[in-house]
Amino acid sequence: MADVIVELEKVNKYFGQNHVIKDFDLRIIEGEFLTLLGPSGCGKTTILRMIAGLEDATSGTIKIQDERVEDKEAYERDVNTVFQSYALFPHMTTYENIAYGLNVKKIPKQEIKERVREMLEMVQLMGYEGRKPDMMSGGQKQRVAIARALINKPKVLLLDEPLGALDLKLRKQMQIELKRLQKKLNITFVYVTHDQEEALTMSDRIAVMQEGVVEQLGTPDEIYKYPGTKFVAGFIGESNIFEGEIISAKNGILKVAGSSGEKMTLLGSGFDEGEPIQVCVRPEAAVYSKEPKDGFSLKGTVRNIIFVGSQYRTLILLENGQEVKINRGRKDRDIKEGDVVYIYWEDEDGFGIRKKGQETQK
Amino acid sequence: MAAKIKKRRKRLKIGGTLFAFLVYAFIYTPIAVMVVFSFNDQRINYYWKGFTFKWYEKLFTDSDLLSYLWLSLFIAVLATVISVIIGTIGALGLMRFEFMLKKVVNTSLYIPVVIPEVVMGLSLLMLYESVNMPLGVTAILLAHVTFCIPFVVIIMRGRLAGMDKSVEEASMDLGANRLTTFFKITLPMLIPGIMSSAFMSFTLSIDDVIISNFVSGPTSTTLPVKILSMVKVGLTPDINALATIMVMVLLLGIILNSVFQALMKKRASINIKTYF
Repeated sequence: MADVIVELEKVNKYFGQNHVIKDFDLRIIEGEFLTLLGPSGCGKTTILRMIAGLEDATSGTIKIQDERVEDKEAYERDVNTVFQSYALFPHMTTYENIAYGLNVKKIPKQEIKERVREMLEMVQLMGYEGRKPDMMSGGQKQRVAIARALINKPKVLLLDEPLGALDLKLRKQMQIELKRLQKKLNITFVYVTHDQEEALTMSDRIAVMQEGVVEQLGTPDEIYKYPGTKFVAGFIGESNIFEGEIISAKNGILKVAGSSGEKMTLLGSGFDEGEPIQVCVRPEAAVYSKEPKDGFSLKGTVRNIIFVGSQYRTLILLENGQEVKINRGRKDRDIKEGDVVYIYWEDEDGFGIRKKGQETQK
Repeated sequence: MAAKIKKRRKRLKIGGTLFAFLVYAFIYTPIAVMVVFSFNDQRINYYWKGFTFKWYEKLFTDSDLLSYLWLSLFIAVLATVISVIIGTIGALGLMRFEFMLKKVVNTSLYIPVVIPEVVMGLSLLMLYESVNMPLGVTAILLAHVTFCIPFVVIIMRGRLAGMDKSVEEASMDLGANRLTTFFKITLPMLIPGIMSSAFMSFTLSIDDVIISNFVSGPTSTTLPVKILSMVKVGLTPDINALATIMVMVLLLGIILNSVFQALMKKRASINIKTYF
């Protein structure tokens, strides 16, 4: 069993009357890359700031390496933060920025010099040590911020949307670099983002948050393939969600009737006959054709076929008014807008979600 | 077609230059007249009689104007230092802490700024009289500090509002306690604000007439008050000489400042600090 390095238990946070964090439990394992993912205002940054000591929890316990830290100031905690706005010291050079933490700790000058050099090499900023922040680009400032935090050799590095201000290309590049850095240094990273793609690319585990609680915690693969709640299914990637009721559950195969009797099947165990269910299918997993397939009776009219770069996206309007999104790599020659088509998928591509609060079952 | 547009643009340009020239003439003619008359060999300045340095001579040998100038400078510098310190601390408190009646304190800052100076001077005079404080240097200094503080607080509050709070958080996060953070991060970042509020306070103090007039004693007073009182009994051209010198010093200061700034900028871009 891996060691837990940060533990939050029953943490609550109020900002005035606002209950932003609700009975929050989370165990972060040493050496992992954990991402707190959620829409803005879900409390993910607040969690990070409470671990850093920049915000006090209203109630609950926070432990870093089995030691309670609620009464410790930010400067007494063995964690460091990379801020969203970089928060570099504008009146200091790159060297002075990176050396700051060591200077404050009164480390001998010679050692500081060596360690700063090491950091500069690591983040590939040799030659920039004499520059001040306003003479550097966003990506370079970001590297300084990372080096400045890592030079203290923290047990945990907290990153608050560190790539948010960078352009797409640079962001992708920095994602890979950060991941590489984390693997190399073997430091626990707690990463906050609202970008689901970023979370899926970099994380060992993702905690999807909404309104101050963890909706689902798991590996990127698990979370993408088996979202536990409707919220997660909608937030991570795209999903088509059909409301329905289970009419039979045999041999791990569920037969479901939609709200107006449409038939569909999917894999799933632990569900009971007669139980209401939400059936999700990813746009890239669903298919359509002019011929119906056994077990499915989802019928609709093709409303629109849009070219979105790498794919063609088809919007199909079901008879009950629901719109279904389906992505395909190629355009069908024989299907045009206005045609009536049948929608179906492989049984393993559909996944069921229990109504509110329950775990997903495969 | 193009020629027509070109012609119109040229006309516009000429018109613009002329307008700028007129504006500058409007602003600087009075000063120029004063400078010219400081060299006029005539006691009463109605017409030009001849060139002379004698008013400058008088200023430095046989005039008490200089002592008023020194007193003015002394009060201005002291008032600046005191009000910047108090005002900066006040602004920090207003921006960083929550307390009762904060809104009231924040808005009441503007009252001393907009209140007519005569009212302010009169009320200060009444206050000092009622506590039996002798009028003179201390009274003037206190009065100047009183009206400078709100300006400093307002300027510093603006600077603080524009300051990214996470920079200070970063310092704490990296292991610096609050005191270290204040001296190593907050204060250096506030320097531009401190400079501009110091400049503001100094300017306000050095050319204040109305309030100083109320609280200055019979013997000690500032230069502007002295000049004003001299107008009543007749101006002497050595005032022109003094004013000319002051304008020149100011001009030199501005020129030196811009040269210095340009040099610094050049140095900053060429001479990047080296560490290894």
